[in-house]
Amino acid sequence: MSQSAAAAIDVRIDGVLDRASVPAWHARLDPVVVAARGAELRLDLSAVPAMDSAGAAFCLFLKRRATRQGGRLILAAASPAARDALSVFRVRLDAAGERPRPEGFFERLGGQVAAGWEGVVLLAALFVDTLHYTALGVFRPRERVRAAAVVEQMVRIGLESLGIIALVSLLVGLVVALQSAAQLRQVSANIYIADLVGIAMTAEMGPLMTAILLAGRIGSATAAEIATMTITEEVDALKTMGIHPIRYLVVPRFLAITVTQPLLTVVADLLGIIGGFIIAVTYLDLSVGVFANELLDALRVKDLLTGLVKSVAFGWIIVFVGAHRGFQVRGGAEGVGIATTSSVVQAIFMVIAADAFFSLIFYFG
Amino acid sequence: MDGDAIISVRALDAGYGDHKVLRDLSVDFRRGRVTTIVGGSGCGKSTLLKCIVGLLAPWSGSVSVDGRVLTDLPENQLAGALARVGLLFQQGAMLNSITVAENVALPLTVHTTLPRPVVDEVVQMKLDLVGLGHVGPMLPSELSGGMRKRAALARAMALDPDVLLCDEPSAGLDPQTAADLDALILRLKRTFHMTVVVVTHELASIDAIADDVVFLGRGGSLHFAGPLADAKACPHPAVADFFARRMPEMPAGTRSLLDVLEEPE
Repeated sequence: MSQSAAAAIDVRIDGVLDRASVPAWHARLDPVVVAARGAELRLDLSAVPAMDSAGAAFCLFLKRRATRQGGRLILAAASPAARDALSVFRVRLDAAGERPRPEGFFERLGGQVAAGWEGVVLLAALFVDTLHYTALGVFRPRERVRAAAVVEQMVRIGLESLGIIALVSLLVGLVVALQSAAQLRQVSANIYIADLVGIAMTAEMGPLMTAILLAGRIGSATAAEIATMTITEEVDALKTMGIHPIRYLVVPRFLAITVTQPLLTVVADLLGIIGGFIIAVTYLDLSVGVFANELLDALRVKDLLTGLVKSVAFGWIIVFVGAHRGFQVRGGAEGVGIATTSSVVQAIFMVIAADAFFSLIFYFG
Repeated sequence: MDGDAIISVRALDAGYGDHKVLRDLSVDFRRGRVTTIVGGSGCGKSTLLKCIVGLLAPWSGSVSVDGRVLTDLPENQLAGALARVGLLFQQGAMLNSITVAENVALPLTVHTTLPRPVVDEVVQMKLDLVGLGHVGPMLPSELSGGMRKRAALARAMALDPDVLLCDEPSAGLDPQTAADLDALILRLKRTFHMTVVVVTHELASIDAIADDVVFLGRGGSLHFAGPLADAKACPHPAVADFFARRMPEMPAGTRSLLDVLEEPE
C-alpha cells in the first residue's frame, strides 16, 4: 500500500488470489479500507497470476466496503488472468448491500397465530372432507373405498401394533399396582387394588397409552408417507387421474383406525388389569376369586364405554393430524422429517387435551 | 395460433405464494397437433401445464380444455374431464407403494367399469407400447429413471386421453430412448389423433415432433406461438438465440464485475 497524489491510496495484491489466500488478504486490507475514510483506493491486480471466484468476490467486497466508508475503490490495473476471472461474473446493480428487513417480534407472533388458525381450519376441512368421501363410498358404488386398502391399514394399525401395546399395557398395569400396593397395605386396603387398576386402565390408562403408542407408530407413518408422496408429486398425480387424495389416502386409514383403535384399547385394558392382578396375587396375597369379584364390582359400564368413545376420538386425531402434516409439507427430505416429528408431537398434545376435555364432560358435566 | 383450439389460455396470471410465474399469458393449443413449450428455466413451462390440468388455480384469467374450465367444474364432472387429459410428470410421479401394473390400472379402475381381466389386458398393452411389457409386477422404485418415466407415460395414456401433457419426457434419458419416446409420441398423435403438449429443451426432439411451438420468456410472458417453421424464423432475440443455440444475453440489470470495478462511482 502506498499513499499517492490527491489522497489516493494504492492497494496492491500480489500472488494467487483464491479461497486459500483471501482470508489473509482480508485480514490485511480490511483495516486499510476502513482507515481510508473518504479516500480513493486504487486496486492493483497486475501481479495476480490466477484468481478464483472467492478472489473475485473479495474484490467486490473491497469496493462495497470502501463505498460504505464514504470513499471509492477503482481497479487501476489487472493481469490478464484477473481480468478474465472478473469478466466472467455478473453483478446485480440494484442488489448491493441489500438485506431483507428482519421480522419484528409482533410480526412473528402474528404470523404464528395466523398459521395456527389456518392449521385449525385446514384440519377441520380435512375432517369434513374425510366424512364426505366416507359417506360417498357408502352411497355411490363408483366411489367405494377399496376394501383391500382398509384391510391393509387395519393390519398395519391393529395387528402390527398389538405386541407393543400389549407389552406396554401389562407393564403399566404392573407399575400402577406396585406403586399403589405399598400404600394400600399400610391401611389394610389390599383388596382395593382391583378397583384401582380396573378403573384406571379402562377409563384412562388403556385409551391414553394406546393412543400415545399409535401416535408414534401410525401418526408418524401417515405423515411421512403422505409428505413423501406430496413432495414426489404422487399426490398431484392422483389428482390428475381424478382421484381425490383424501379418498385414496385418508379414508382407508380413517375407517381402519375407527375399528382397530377400540379393539386395541380393549386389549390394553385387559393386559393392564392382568398386570395389576399379578401384583395383587404375588405381593398383596389376594386370591384369584377375591380379585375377580372386587374387579367386577368396581368396573362400571360407563367407564368402559367412556374409554372406548375416547379411543375412537384419539384414533381420529392421530390420523387427521398425520395426514394434515403430510399434505402441508414444504421442502424436501428435511420437510418430511419436520412433518413426521411435528405430527407425533401435535397428535400426543391433542390426544391429552382431548382426554382432559372428555374427563370434564363425562365426570364433571 | 388460430384454428381448432382444444386448450385455450386467456390472460393467465399464475404463481406460487407471492411469486408470480406467468403474466398475462394468452395462447391456444390446436387439436390433433404436437405443441412444444420452450423457454429458459423458471419461465413457467411446468406451471402452465399445472394450470391446464387444474392442479394450480389461476390468479386471474382462465384455462379451458375443450371448452371447459377445469377449476370451475363441480367435483362429479371434474373426474370425468380429467379422464380426458393425461399428464406425464417430470419425475414420473409413480405411486411407489403399488406395482407398475397397478399404477397403470389405477385410472382404468377409477374411471371405467371394465372387467378386471380386460383391465389387465389394457395394462399389458400400454406397457408393451412403451417397451416395458416385463415390468408390470415390479415396484416403481425397482426401475431406472428412464423406465420409470416410460411407465408413467403408459399410465398417462391408460384411458386414451384426448390431450396428453408431457413435462420434459426426454430429460435424463439416453439419446436412443429419447428418440424412441419421440417416435411413440408421433405414433400416438397419428393413430389416436391425440393432442400432445410437450415441455422440452431438446432441439432434436422439437425438430422431430413439434408441429407448433410456444416460447415463454422470463417472467412467464409469451415470446412466440405458432408453427415450428415460423418459430425458426422468429426475429425475437431469445427465440432466435434458442434455435441458433447461441448463448443468451446476460439478464438486464446486471454488469460484469470487471466493468463495475473499473468504473469510478
